[in-house]
Amino acid sequence: MSTNDISQTTNSTALRANYVSREQELAAIARRLKRQRWQDWAFRNTTLFFALFVLAMLGGIIGSLIAGSYPIFQQLGFGFITSREWNPVTQEFGALNAIFGTLVTSFIALLIAVPISFGIAIFLTELCPAWLKRPLGTAVELLAAIPSIIYGMWGLFVFAPIFADYIQPFLNKYLGDIPGIGLLFQGAPMGIGMLAAGIILAIMVIPYIASVMRDVFDVVPGVIKESAYGLGATTWEVVRNIVLPYTKAGVVGGIMLGFGRALGETMAVTFVIGNTANIAISLYEPGASIASTIANEFAEASAGPHIAALIGLGLVLFLITFIVLALAKLMLMQLAKGEGART
Amino acid sequence: MSERNQASPTSSIYKRRLLINRLALILALVAMAIGMFFLLWILWVLVSKGIGGINLAVFTEMTPPPGSPGGLANAIFGSVVMVGVATFVATPIGILAGIYLAEFGKQGWVAPVTRFVNDILLSAPSIILGLFIYAIYVAKVQHFSGWAGSFALALIAIPVVVRTTETMLLLVPSSLREAAAALGAPQWKIITLIAMRAVSGGVITGVLLAVARISGETAPLLFTALNNQFWSADMNQPMANLPVVIYQFAMSPFENWQSLAWAGAMLITFTVLAINILTRVVFRQRTY
Repeated sequence: MSTNDISQTTNSTALRANYVSREQELAAIARRLKRQRWQDWAFRNTTLFFALFVLAMLGGIIGSLIAGSYPIFQQLGFGFITSREWNPVTQEFGALNAIFGTLVTSFIALLIAVPISFGIAIFLTELCPAWLKRPLGTAVELLAAIPSIIYGMWGLFVFAPIFADYIQPFLNKYLGDIPGIGLLFQGAPMGIGMLAAGIILAIMVIPYIASVMRDVFDVVPGVIKESAYGLGATTWEVVRNIVLPYTKAGVVGGIMLGFGRALGETMAVTFVIGNTANIAISLYEPGASIASTIANEFAEASAGPHIAALIGLGLVLFLITFIVLALAKLMLMQLAKGEGART
Repeated sequence: MSERNQASPTSSIYKRRLLINRLALILALVAMAIGMFFLLWILWVLVSKGIGGINLAVFTEMTPPPGSPGGLANAIFGSVVMVGVATFVATPIGILAGIYLAEFGKQGWVAPVTRFVNDILLSAPSIILGLFIYAIYVAKVQHFSGWAGSFALALIAIPVVVRTTETMLLLVPSSLREAAAALGAPQWKIITLIAMRAVSGGVITGVLLAVARISGETAPLLFTALNNQFWSADMNQPMANLPVVIYQFAMSPFENWQSLAWAGAMLITFTVLAINILTRVVFRQRTY
């Protein structure tokens, strides 16, 4: 409606024209609103579709793993998980060796990585000068960015020889005679094996655990810490008695997250674990993990029970990591809820 | 006497507390030093072993048979193509799913469940995603292919993009959205033209981090793209790619293969680290 129309309102035809144009305009607005509503509906449902796509990914993964491993479970039942024999040549498939190897190497990794990550997190939140926080925090995160295969090459060609020449004989000499624990450090120092795999996994999960710990330590309100300092507590006492209890759930969540990462780590472990289906007490012995077995054998496996067994291993691995990661996430959510902040 | 001792700053308890404190802080420093030590050690090994193998031939010649000179040209090309396709597929899917979680996820069960599942997929073993693509694609068409490799990489990239998009959108103040709504803008315009534009830097960071993440992935490619000794731009054929070539060459007994493997390892690691550092320097933004 233009000003020109208004000035001519004395003219009755113009009045009618005005009326018609307003009606048309309202109709146009209504059409436009309708179109916008339709566009909003379409946009909303497109995004919903892709959100559901992410959900479907999980369903598809579990479904295809179950379908692919069905023949082996049909043939062996639970024996697949409880049997120790793994020999593709004689068509014997038992997953226990690989499950054992996965759990033991991940456990060693946590034993080493948790204290170091805790130290790094304390350093970054309580000790580090402000100007160094960003560069050092980034440097720790870069450890996580290095591809798995690089850890594998470094582990096999650089770390393992040094490990065999110096560290393994040393551990054997000083820990080998202790009853019980000593049994873990027996055998020929070959460099590769369960212990080497565990140590390399530890280096790989340190950045994950350390950055979660650093992030949750950072959410502790300064006032609480300062009150403790005001009462004369030392830095360590503040960390031990204030920060740690306050962030307990987050710290455990971070550790579980690292555990989940360690369980599924493939290439680095494949390089250094030795790839022998084997359950030995000594950590110097070679072994195999679920992921390393799949990586090693899948491309060469003939169709039939071998492929089904490898997919079955994948299913077991996925279920274990799913549970561990779900627990990690629940712990972190619990901390965030108590905090009133969003994750 | 003993009471007076405890109160004074030189008492044994006070000294012990200081000692424990100092010890704990020294241990924290040592932990930090251990982390840095391994980072620098690995980078130094890569440079010292890889630099000798880097020359023009690496970028121009094909992967050689054992014992003869050659390069990594077909592997580099294959990796770039597969990572490119994967990013191209994963970016729109990830961004749209992330938009749903951030903008429409206030009610209903879809958003919380998807958020939970996405965070698990973010840390799920990449080899499982390779198995998944093998089962639904490779096993059906009966051959390894570049497409299969790209899809496996895309599935790894999607959760990364979803996560960053959502986190970034939640940073947009609601007053910005309300201002646009008051002017009569429809919701899709508010989201795409106002909110997404405000955090485009952060979303790009997410995509770049996803690229960095999938560039070095080896496990899922072992039984999807496999490998190819020759130049191949056919996505329906097995395709050479840097990580798998590095794996095969590193594990081989041939010296020229091993030297190429180290050159490739150095190339891939420094590319990935460069992307990581770049995103942190260029797109400085709060992460929570």
